This record gives sequence, C-alpha cells and structure tokens, in this order.
Amino acid sequence: MIDDDYDAPSAGETASRPAPITPADVADASRLVSFGLQPKLLPARDAEYAELIRRYRDDPSFARLADAVATGLGLIVLEVSARAGMAVAADEESVFAVRMGEYSRRAASESTDRFLHGLAHLAVAALAFPRPEDLADDGYLGRITVNGVDAFVRQACRKLEQQADETGDNSDPVSDAPGLEAAWRVYARRSATGATKDARRLAGSTIGIVGKAVSFLVDSGFLQKTSDDSGGTYRTTARYQLQVRDMAGGAAMAELLALGVVPVSDGSATLLPPDDSDDLVTDAGLPFHSV
Amino acid sequence: MTTTAEAARPAPGPAADEGLARRLRALACTAPLHDLDNRKANLAGEYAVYGMAEVALAAIDLVTLHMDFDTGADRDQVLARLLPRVAAQAPEREWREHERVSKWVLESLINVGSVDRGFRAVYGTFGSDGSYVRRDYDFKLIEEVPGPDGGVYLRTTDEAVNVLVGALDTDVTSAQIAAEVKLEVLIRRGRLADAQLAAEQARYRTVQYSELLRRALEATRRNVRAVDWMEAVPDLIAEALEHIADRYRHENAILTNIRKARDESEDVEHKRRAAELVDIVKDCIRRHTQLQTRLLEAGPLFRAEQDRQAFAAPSARSGLDLYGQLLAPVLPLPLEQASAVTTAFFRKGIGLRTPYSVRLTDLVDVLLTPPVEREHLGAELPEPDLISTPDDSRFSDEQLEAALGLLDLPADAPRRLSGLLAEARRVDPDLPYLVALLAVHAASPGVGTAYRQGEERLLFAVDDGTRLHDDEFGGADLIVGSALLDAVGMAADRTEAS
Repeated sequence: MIDDDYDAPSAGETASRPAPITPADVADASRLVSFGLQPKLLPARDAEYAELIRRYRDDPSFARLADAVATGLGLIVLEVSARAGMAVAADEESVFAVRMGEYSRRAASESTDRFLHGLAHLAVAALAFPRPEDLADDGYLGRITVNGVDAFVRQACRKLEQQADETGDNSDPVSDAPGLEAAWRVYARRSATGATKDARRLAGSTIGIVGKAVSFLVDSGFLQKTSDDSGGTYRTTARYQLQVRDMAGGAAMAELLALGVVPVSDGSATLLPPDDSDDLVTDAGLPFHSV
Repeated sequence: MTTTAEAARPAPGPAADEGLARRLRALACTAPLHDLDNRKANLAGEYAVYGMAEVALAAIDLVTLHMDFDTGADRDQVLARLLPRVAAQAPEREWREHERVSKWVLESLINVGSVDRGFRAVYGTFGSDGSYVRRDYDFKLIEEVPGPDGGVYLRTTDEAVNVLVGALDTDVTSAQIAAEVKLEVLIRRGRLADAQLAAEQARYRTVQYSELLRRALEATRRNVRAVDWMEAVPDLIAEALEHIADRYRHENAILTNIRKARDESEDVEHKRRAAELVDIVKDCIRRHTQLQTRLLEAGPLFRAEQDRQAFAAPSARSGLDLYGQLLAPVLPLPLEQASAVTTAFFRKGIGLRTPYSVRLTDLVDVLLTPPVEREHLGAELPEPDLISTPDDSRFSDEQLEAALGLLDLPADAPRRLSGLLAEARRVDPDLPYLVALLAVHAASPGVGTAYRQGEERLLFAVDDGTRLHDDEFGGADLIVGSALLDAVGMAADRTEAS
C-alpha cells in the first residue's frame, strides 16, 4: 500500500531531486512512526527521536514518507513537533484503536455504564481546558484532580435538578424506559465513592469511573500525574490538547449536531454566575448555568 | 376525549396529583427504615430483639451531627458511637453481635449491594394528557463522599435530614434567626430540655449553611469567569462574615447564659442538660471558625486565578468550548442520545494502544528458558584501598594525657584555673591551651549524659566572678573540680525504671 501510494510521486521527484528514496529512508520514517506509537516518549528525552523529528520538519519528502507509513498503519498524524513528538491518533478501524469492550467489560453491556465512562472522558477534557482559549493556546497546561472532575459534573447535574424543580413539572423518570431518562440523572444517582473491603476505589462509583479514565489517559501519554492530592492530581500534555482539539471535540460535536442540538456560542464565557434573582438557598450550589 | 380523561382521574386536578406525588416521595424515604425491621428476620441469627429502625434513625442523627465542613463523618466513629445504643437493646448479647448489627444497619442505609448505592421507589401519576405513568424516584439516605486524605466519609442527604427532623427544607438564614431567638427565650425561662432541642436544630442549620458555602467556594476555584467577582461573591463573603460575627456574639451570649444556668442549678438533670448545651454551642463556634478560615482564603485564591486566566494574551485561534458547547448540552439529553455523543468523544479521545503480538517461536523460547539463577551472595566487593591520612592534630596524645592528669583533681579539692595554667606552662608551653579548652568545656558539663553512661566522676568548672589574670588568656578565673556521681545508685534506678 505504501508502495502504491508513493511510487508515483517519488518517481516524479527523482527527476528534480538528486536523492531518491532508499530503503534506509523508509526504515527511518517507520522508526519515527514507531516512536510516535510510544506516547510517553518525548523527543527531548531521546536523541534519535529528536533527530528524526528535525528531519521530518526539514525534509519534505521524508515527511511525506513518514505520513504515508502512518496512514498505511491506520494512523492519523496530528502534529510533528519537538514539544509533542510525532503525535498520532488511531483511525477507528486500525489495530491501534481502543474499543469500549476492552476498556471496561461493564461498559460494553450496560448502557448506563457506557454513558458514564464516556462522560468521564468528556468531563476530564472540559475541566482540563475550561475555556475555549485554553484549548486553542498551545502553551496551556491544564490541571485536573479526580475528585474535582466528579464534583464539577455533580454541580452541573445539581443545577439541572434545580431547574427541573423550578419548572414545577414532575421530572422523575418514567419506569421501564431507561433510554429516555435524562442523562444527568444517571450521573447524579450513581454514588460518588464507596468503601470497599480492600480499600481500593469502588470501580462502579463515579470517582472510580473518573479515576479509571484518568489512569487510562496517563497510559496514553495524555496526562502526567503530579501528586496524590484530591484523588490524584494530573497535568495535561501537548498530545492531549491536540487529541481533544483535533479529534475528539469535533467528533462529539458532529454527533451532537446530528441529533439536532445546535449549541450556539458567541465566544463569551459559558460558565456563568447565577443571576441576581437566585437567592442563596440550600443546594443552590452555584455557579454553573448551562447555556 | 376530555370527558373520558377526567372520568379516569380520581384526583380533581393536577395540583392534587402533584401533592400526592410529593407525599409518595416523602413516604418512600422512610421505606428503607421500615424495611430494616422486616428484613432482620432474614439475617442468620436471632435479631428480633433489636429495633432496627431506631438504630437507623440514630445512625442518621450521628452522621448529620458529625459531618464536618470539609469532609463527612468518619465511618468508624459513627459505628463506635452507635454501639452503646445497640448494646442497650440487648445487653446480654456479646459485643461482636452488636457490632454486626450496627454495621448491617449502616450498610443498609447506604444500600451497599446496589451499583448506585441508593434506593428507588416506583409510583404512579397522571400525565397532563390524562394517561397514567409510572415513575422512578431515586434517593439516597447516607452517601459516601471522598475526603481530602483519600478516605471515604459519610454524609446524610437532604432526604435523610427531612426524614430525621422534618421540615428543614426552608430558608437557612431566617430559620437560623428563629432558632436563635427561641433558644435564648428558652434558656432564660430555664426550660433546658426544649433549649437543647432548639440548639440541636440550630446546629443542623449551621451545618447546612457551611455545606452551602463549601460548594460555592469549591466552584470559584475552577473558573474565574464562572463567578461574578464584581458583586456576587464579594457580597456573599461579606454576608457570610457578617453572619459569623453575628453568630459569635450570639453564641457567646448564649454560652454565658447556659454556664450560669449550669453553675447555679441545683437539679442534677438540669446541670447535665446545661453541660450538654455548652458542648453543642461550643461545637457551633468551632464550625464558624472553620467557615471563617475558608472565607479568608477566597480573596488570594481569586487573585492568583485571575493572574493565570485573565491576564494572558488572547489566542488568535478560537477553540471549542468543551463545557458550554458539549458537556452542558449533553447532560439534559435523554440517555440514549447523550450516550451517542459521549461515546463518540470516548472513541476519538482515548488515544491508542499498541497491540501485543507474540511469535510462537519466541513464546516457546521464553517458556523453555530456565530461570536465571541468582548468586546468593551477590557480586564480590572489591577490597577498599585505604590511605592513612597524615596526623594533623593540634595536640599529641602525650599532651592530652598530661592535661587530663592535671585535671584529675580530688573530689574535695577544686582548683583555680590560673593555678592549673601556671602548672601546665611549667611542663609544656603549649599545654595551657589544652587545659583552658578542657576547663571551658567543663563549664557546662553533660550531667545527664554522664549519668546515663554510668560515669563515676565528672569534671566541672564554675565562674564565681573572679577575673583571670594571664598573659595569654582572658576571661573568668574558673574554679575547676571533680564531682563524684553515685554510679551504683544510678544503675539501680535504671534497672527499676526499665
């Protein structure tokens, strides 16, 4: 496949360029991709990696060769830079993609658990990049804690619960129609944490689910643990920002638009303070008003 | 159409139905408590003597009272405090069983067996179009929350508080004032039993109030723009500080009043109740202090976050607003649709994994390779090359011996330092320095150390104000002597002590 793609351009280039592509070049390009497949490895820590990155940026034909190798393996190149290394994402069909069933067996069979695991990932990203500017700014480092992510989603759920109460309608979900229940109820209902016999996190609790998401992201080279405070404190890496910005955010957005929900943004802050009419009442929580 | 619908409805209107639903939900909250007494028969053993609902209410009570500002109640503490009540119900049974019962009640209130760790009640209502709908009502009584130390703590939910004291779902501030006034009046009239009840209620409200502020402050930490720092939060802080100041005044006044009641009262029961009240009010004051510390931290926190978030140069690119455009719109969606969005995010946002692939020949090799035998003693250590360092001591061993010989004074005949120096100078011109050094060192002898080491005598030096007249040294002409230590007696003391 690589040959098919690249025979023609390389043949054309040989006329204008003195150096034809050799098997050694292909080996180097593949080596670069293999570095990219080790997400925790950074060019700053490995001289060979750094050299290949430099070559990718300086030599367009080598860059195209490396891109082709990646494409052939079912990878999408997000960025090649000294800070992120060769940041690649797995195509949905590729052997490198992670499936829900491999991630959590419960999530594969239970629709509520599937949602909770997905929401945990979305919430981690939302809290790691709370403002649109943070997601756009290459230099931004997000910081999250496991307990913080849980508290953040719970607060949003509480706000929705309050709104439901205010409208006065009976908002308790209808029995025997689990798919129609509002999503926030599923999260609010699940216990935040729980005591277990062996002092580990309760896997089914929301903190357990967020904790699993976070430790998986650490293995993906997206987060780095900085301390054990608040259930684990982490900071983001350049790769995570790229992955959220260029892959996940868009995919989720497209799905949302397909459902006919069009969130309109004028660029102003969406995490708004409560309006003046809100008195301080029990459970008001503040300040997350949804758009 | 309307007539058939109306005929099908037993209740006269939607409002009545709404009230019915509310009452059904309130009723549902008590169900787990009744359920305990029904289920106790299923437990292995004879547990009929225990009043499980009573234990459960006591547990809810304990958790509510021990909920702290930062965390919740400690599980072990709650269990420990619950034990006396359980024990009182069946004093002849052994404590292990009491412990089992309290644990069972607490775990049932958390509903440990279910994945949500909560309860669900199903009830029916009529919809606006007259159709009959069954609905799920999910609630928790005691929930487990994470503590700052990573432990799991217990908190009672609002539902549980309602079951416990009822009608607490009111405006915190006004209820607080009412409770205070009531308390003062009751104390003045000497009705301490009622006063205790009022004080406890006041404490519940204090807990609620701090819970509210805890959530608010936690939220400000996340996004500066999320909170109105121009008006809302400063107002909130000012209000809270005023509230605390006010409460301090009030509670201290109440404290003085109860203390008076406690000390003047003749009745033992009165005295006891007053003492309990003092404890409750003290606890209230403690909680206010905690609250105030939090409030003082709010300002610096805002400024630091403001620096980080607001003063950075704006980016040219516009990013996706993950909360506003994704998370917030997803949460109100029905589960099925929301799940489609989150799953899409999950698939694309999780990163990649390199699959393991094993070649059969490698596998065979790996499995057939005998484990590497480790050398039991490890590698041999190289013989260290030692080089003798040149002797650069200021004084030789002979000099030290001579100096110590000079200072080996009989216990009953101390000498002046000047005499010792003169004698030393006659032997060796360098020796006075060593003698002076040892004498100064003896000015504050380590009596305790000598005592512990079982020394029999100890050199000491005392300054009596006489000046030293010497060509080489200045300072005080110390009196140097030997003190005898009672080594045998000390040894005996030591063995006794150990």
